[in-house]
Amino acid sequence: MIDLTKKAGFGLAGRHRAEKRFKWVGRSAIAISLMFLALMVGSITLTASGTLRQTQIAVQVDLGAENVDPTDPASASYGRLVKSGLRDMFPDVTSRREKKALYNLVSPEGSFEAAKLVAKDPDLLGSTQTLWLTASDDLDLYLRGKIDITLPQNQRQISDKEVVWINALQANNQLRRVANWNFLTGGDSREPEIAGILSALVGSLYSLAVCFALSFPIGIGAAIYLEEFAPANRLSDLIEVNINNLAAVPSIVFGLLGLSIFLGYMGLPRSSPLVGGMVLALMTLPTIIIAARAALRSVPPSFKEAALALGASPVQAVFHHVFPVAMPGMLTGAIIGMAQALGETAPLLMIGMVAFIVDIPDSILEPATALPVQIFLWADSPERAFTEKTAAAIIVLLIFLISMNLIAILLRRKLETRF
Amino acid sequence: MWFDRIVIVLLAAAAGMAILVTVGIVLSLIFETIQFFGKVPLSNFLFGLEWSPQTAIRADQVGSGGSFGILPLINGTLLISAIAMIVATPLGLTSAVYLSEYSSKSARAWIKPGLEILAGIPTVVYGFFAALTLAPFIRMTGNQMGLEVASESALAAGIVMGIMIVPLISSLSDDVINSVPQSLRDASLGMGATQSETIRRVVLPAALPGISGSLLLAASRAIGETMIVLMAAGMAAKLTLNPLDAVTTITVQIVALLTGDQEFDSAKTLSAFALGLFLFGITLCINVVALHIVRKYQEQYD
Repeated sequence: MIDLTKKAGFGLAGRHRAEKRFKWVGRSAIAISLMFLALMVGSITLTASGTLRQTQIAVQVDLGAENVDPTDPASASYGRLVKSGLRDMFPDVTSRREKKALYNLVSPEGSFEAAKLVAKDPDLLGSTQTLWLTASDDLDLYLRGKIDITLPQNQRQISDKEVVWINALQANNQLRRVANWNFLTGGDSREPEIAGILSALVGSLYSLAVCFALSFPIGIGAAIYLEEFAPANRLSDLIEVNINNLAAVPSIVFGLLGLSIFLGYMGLPRSSPLVGGMVLALMTLPTIIIAARAALRSVPPSFKEAALALGASPVQAVFHHVFPVAMPGMLTGAIIGMAQALGETAPLLMIGMVAFIVDIPDSILEPATALPVQIFLWADSPERAFTEKTAAAIIVLLIFLISMNLIAILLRRKLETRF
Repeated sequence: MWFDRIVIVLLAAAAGMAILVTVGIVLSLIFETIQFFGKVPLSNFLFGLEWSPQTAIRADQVGSGGSFGILPLINGTLLISAIAMIVATPLGLTSAVYLSEYSSKSARAWIKPGLEILAGIPTVVYGFFAALTLAPFIRMTGNQMGLEVASESALAAGIVMGIMIVPLISSLSDDVINSVPQSLRDASLGMGATQSETIRRVVLPAALPGISGSLLLAASRAIGETMIVLMAAGMAAKLTLNPLDAVTTITVQIVALLTGDQEFDSAKTLSAFALGLFLFGITLCINVVALHIVRKYQEQYD
């Protein structure tokens, strides 16, 4: 006869080691996933930190009456004045090519900035003034040590000559680093030093507003019907299976639907937040329905039964007694659905919300883009400065998402009642 | 009461929207797809080995027809999804086992939301990370080992996508493992099995159908994912199994075909809808099967 106790005792140490190993594998799997998360968010935050501040150059601009007409300052050619100001600072620069390089120290948008400064403060007119203008992205990168000047000249964005100028400017205190509010208040631009996210953010908010206005009432209506009124038949079953499947349909397919029905068949304006919001609404509908149904189910049936017993009609019982109790849960689901919609990119590419949008859109019918799409567009740009902008835009997007999820969690904690 | 009737009809209409959306998807895709197959034969689409959907400006140009063979795209899609599943399955399953069987309640309260953050991060962020950090890193490492790595490799996109679907697998599998009756565990532990033996020999086999359902759902998610592959995997339609090569996927091609200027009934534009229908059909089949398995499994122990 085999001695079972001996056999069991023999392997015991090994079995316990296997137990420890197994546990350790589980722990390390979780650790790997969380470390990846930390690595990703950390590296993006690090890249984004370059966007916090930007460099400005002090340029002496002659705003005398012969250059700027005091009665109509907007008509002056500020680009020319800024250029001549730069030439005055470095009188030894004569060749065409060098002049061009010199002008490039200031952002191409510098002339608009000068015009804006003058429009804001007409007292500047009449004499030579020091204007602080945004510097080019290359200058900014160089100042922050992001350009390796040990490389041969033709392999870097900034030449030895420019390095000399920049050092001279720095020695004269003609360079300063300021908080980069422009990133939050400006629209998109071809120049990374000027590009901001406001136009994309507004586009996102318009789309979300449309999305919420459509998906919240429809989703809640559908949930109430399925939970409270739907007869138990095959049609209800079909709707139920259908909703679960819709939740797993690839988002890009919703984009195709939007392209062919909303744009092609209904002729709604391309690239508009209206269409974007409609597509996002279809996408978030299943999320909202599923969450709202769970919220309705958590209301004890006694509430409804009591109302019915006192003579309320089924509709009254549901809307006066079940619905208000389920509302916080429904709102939580809706906020999570909106967060999902805010991060969605692919369907918006399909309906043309990938346009280059400088101006802040005024209505839901104007061409707009959305924050994640802006991230996608910037990520594609070759300039290194745009990489930093992309990372910064991602951080803004993540901040929005985190706040929305926090609101959902707090709402649930605060309003949650247990029965 | 007529008021109640109207309210109920409105509510039913809202529920009907869900069906309408599905019908809308199917109709919009089928209508354009039929037009597409009027221009390109179905067999060329399904069995063609080459994908190069350029359209000619004039009909008499060389190669004006373009080639619309879907196989290279399926190849790329499956390659990247397979890499993602190879990354996500062990991570997701072992996380789920640890969360449901070992971790204390307080640790679980922190780890579970932590993993779910991964699911809440927009895919465009993963794409940015894959394209800007992971792909250059893989390329550098590969080159040091003497391997030829494309700057947009399937590996980078696959790994990042795998991390993205970890929480999908872990939270679904966690639910499934939790619904295995405690009596099964108690019986095994009572016979002297260690906890890990119980999990491997009793709990996991019992949970297997539900787990396979969660893996199927994750695979369907990987197949339909767009932004990560768009940003990190490239545009080259190739028949290859080399994870260091650049490949393209169905979703990437849909975006590439439909962004920018387009005329509405060229074969090029229409082919995007055929791809969309194909993608919709495949993911729908997987989802129906997966949801059916998960549901049936839950009923088994209820």
